Amino acid sequence: MARAIVTVTQTAKRGDVIEIRTLIGHPMETGFRVTGEGARIPRDLIRKLTCRYNGDIVFGAEFFPAIAANPFVAFHTIATESGTLSLTWEGDNGFAQTETVAIRVT
Amino acid sequence: MSATRRRFLVAGAGLGVALIVRPAAATPEELAAAIAAYTGGAKVSPGRVSLDIAKLVDNGNTVPVVVSVVSPMTPSDHVKAIAIFNERNPERDVARFALGPRAGRAKVETRIRLATSQKVTAVATMSDGSFWSDTVDVVVVLAACLEGDI
Repeated sequence: MARAIVTVTQTAKRGDVIEIRTLIGHPMETGFRVTGEGARIPRDLIRKLTCRYNGDIVFGAEFFPAIAANPFVAFHTIATESGTLSLTWEGDNGFAQTETVAIRVT
Repeated sequence: MSATRRRFLVAGAGLGVALIVRPAAATPEELAAAIAAYTGGAKVSPGRVSLDIAKLVDNGNTVPVVVSVVSPMTPSDHVKAIAIFNERNPERDVARFALGPRAGRAKVETRIRLATSQKVTAVATMSDGSFWSDTVDVVVVLAACLEGDI
C-alpha cells in the first residue's frame, strides 16, 4: 500500500465547485533509466487515476513516464450531494489502490 | 590577415542573424505528429487554453503545471479532455485528463518531468469537437534523470 493523500473540503454547499487534491507515493520509474552496471531499470508506472462521486465517474487521468514521481493531481468537481469520493489508482505490476473520502453537502 | 578577420566577423554576424530569423513558432514534426494523432488530424487553434508553467525550471524532475480552459462547463458546452504533450522527452505524451460538465471548472494541476529545455503544449478537446491549445517554451537547468541521447 502506497501512502496516498486526498485533500478535499469536508463540507460544501450544493452547487459549489470544490477542489480535490491527490498525491500518492510511487517512484514512477520511467523505464528509460539504467543502473551503474548498464542494466535497464524496468518500467513501473501508475497508469490511471479515476475519481468517482457516489459511483459516477467525474474525472479521469492517464499518466505517462513524464509524470513526476509521487504523482500529484488536482482537479475540480461540483458538490451535488453528500456521499463519498473514491479515487482509484491503477498501474504496472498489478498496482491498484483506492482511497475514499466522505463529503457532506448542505 | 585583416581580410580573414573581416570575413570571420561577417560570417559571425550572419550567423547571429540566422539564429534570430529562425521562426520561433516552428513546431518539430514529432510534437506536431503526436498532437495530430491525438486530435485525429483536426484543426487545433491557439487560445482558450492557458498552460501555466515556469519558463525557467531549476529542476526538471518535478515541474508544476496548471492547465485551465475558458469554458462555461455546462452539459451543452464543456471541456471533454485535456492532454499535455512535450517536444523532447523520450515520449511525446505527458498526461491526459478526462473531464465533463460535472467538473464545474476546467482546470487541472499536476507535476511533470522535463528531460531538457523544450516546448510543452496543452490541448483541450471541447464538447463541440473543436481543439484549442497553448504552448510554452521552457528552459530546464537540471534535467530529469536520463541516460544517453535526448
